[in-house]
Amino acid sequence: MTILCHYGRFAFVGALVAPAALIPPAAVTAAVPAKTQRVAIDNFAFAPQVIVVAPGTTVTWTNADEDPHTVTATDKSFHSAAMDTDESYSFTFTRPGEYAYFCSLHPHMTGKVIVKG
Amino acid sequence: MDHDQDHPLEDHLNRRSLLTRCVGWAGTAAVYSIAGGIVSSISLDAALAAGKPAARTKAFTFVQISDTHIGFDKAANPNVHATAVQAVDRIKGMPVKPDLILHTGDITHLSKDDQFDDARQILSGLDIPIFYVPGEHDFLDEGQGKTFLSHYGRGTQGLGWHSFDHDGVHFVALNNVAALKPGGMAHLGDDQIAWLKKDLAGLPSSAPIVVFAHIPLWTVYEAWGWGTDDADQALTLLRRFGSVTVLNGHIHQVLHKVEGNVSFHSARSTAYPQPAPGAAPSPGPLKVPTEQLPSMLGIRTANFVGGNGPIALIDASFA
Repeated sequence: MTILCHYGRFAFVGALVAPAALIPPAAVTAAVPAKTQRVAIDNFAFAPQVIVVAPGTTVTWTNADEDPHTVTATDKSFHSAAMDTDESYSFTFTRPGEYAYFCSLHPHMTGKVIVKG
Repeated sequence: MDHDQDHPLEDHLNRRSLLTRCVGWAGTAAVYSIAGGIVSSISLDAALAAGKPAARTKAFTFVQISDTHIGFDKAANPNVHATAVQAVDRIKGMPVKPDLILHTGDITHLSKDDQFDDARQILSGLDIPIFYVPGEHDFLDEGQGKTFLSHYGRGTQGLGWHSFDHDGVHFVALNNVAALKPGGMAHLGDDQIAWLKKDLAGLPSSAPIVVFAHIPLWTVYEAWGWGTDDADQALTLLRRFGSVTVLNGHIHQVLHKVEGNVSFHSARSTAYPQPAPGAAPSPGPLKVPTEQLPSMLGIRTANFVGGNGPIALIDASFA
């Protein structure tokens, strides 16, 4: 499962179609408890502000505000375009670690994705 | 340029009308500081500089418009094109044609070419020189400001900062919406501050200065990012001048603050209002009853009377 985790979404899809007999059901559940996670952007805040996900999780941010916002990694490792109202951005986190991000238009808006194996 | 009137203020606005129209006097403190002896309160170098004859000044009028947000179409104002046109009509109807217009940013809502084009088309009807600084909404393209600079960057430095002189007043346009840092407020950056230092170096302290930037250069409300984290470095360079007027937009409401010889003034938007600092869960667009909207949008007229006189600001709503 470690290998699967590090290859992100594509490996995860592979896990779904792999013959169940090859992978004990308990291992699948533990390694990929959530394949997707949503973060709302509402009232100039990321909610939840901090999320903990398993490697391979795709996080989707959706902007509910009338002002545009971005999701921009502090270390620039990922970033969205400006999202207008109801627009979304997704990123798949494959490697464990802590990913701090902010809105580059309203930098007082900050959040964090913690990826734990 | 029509300068046949020596006292446009007296001609067009008596004291009563000024007061009833809610006047912010920029540089009121500056009048006293100059009258009271600027030399006594500043360093010898600055005092010597101040002793040089000031550049020739004469009375003129200019206008500040802000936050036109062309492209915004939400409930707070579904027709920002029309309210921008309203601003143009107000300027056309002024008794004294302004010499120039300052646009303090958020020209567009989403930095799109067609939004910049629409703004240009609306404002081109004025036949008055317009000087722009970007708001964060003008810098959100993938090129991080390339679209704005392709429209307005000619003749500017760095990411759009520049300065010019008009009838003895030194105007400085700053960009504090680029390269913002997480957790922080607006930011000028070392390059721009180094340029500002050079730009101001040759000026006598008696020169009236007008600085314009999008986000306030004083901390209005840190929790909403309404301030500029390195503004003090710029203000340190400006404090030797007898009259400094700092104009901004961004917060879509009229606020004033005076700090020594420096006065700060945020202007209304022509598009939609925003809540007073901390008065709502977020600084997003404020929806008000339709009939109330004109009273919350507007433009600002600035009358410079010449010499060391103050700059009188008149914030007029569309109501």
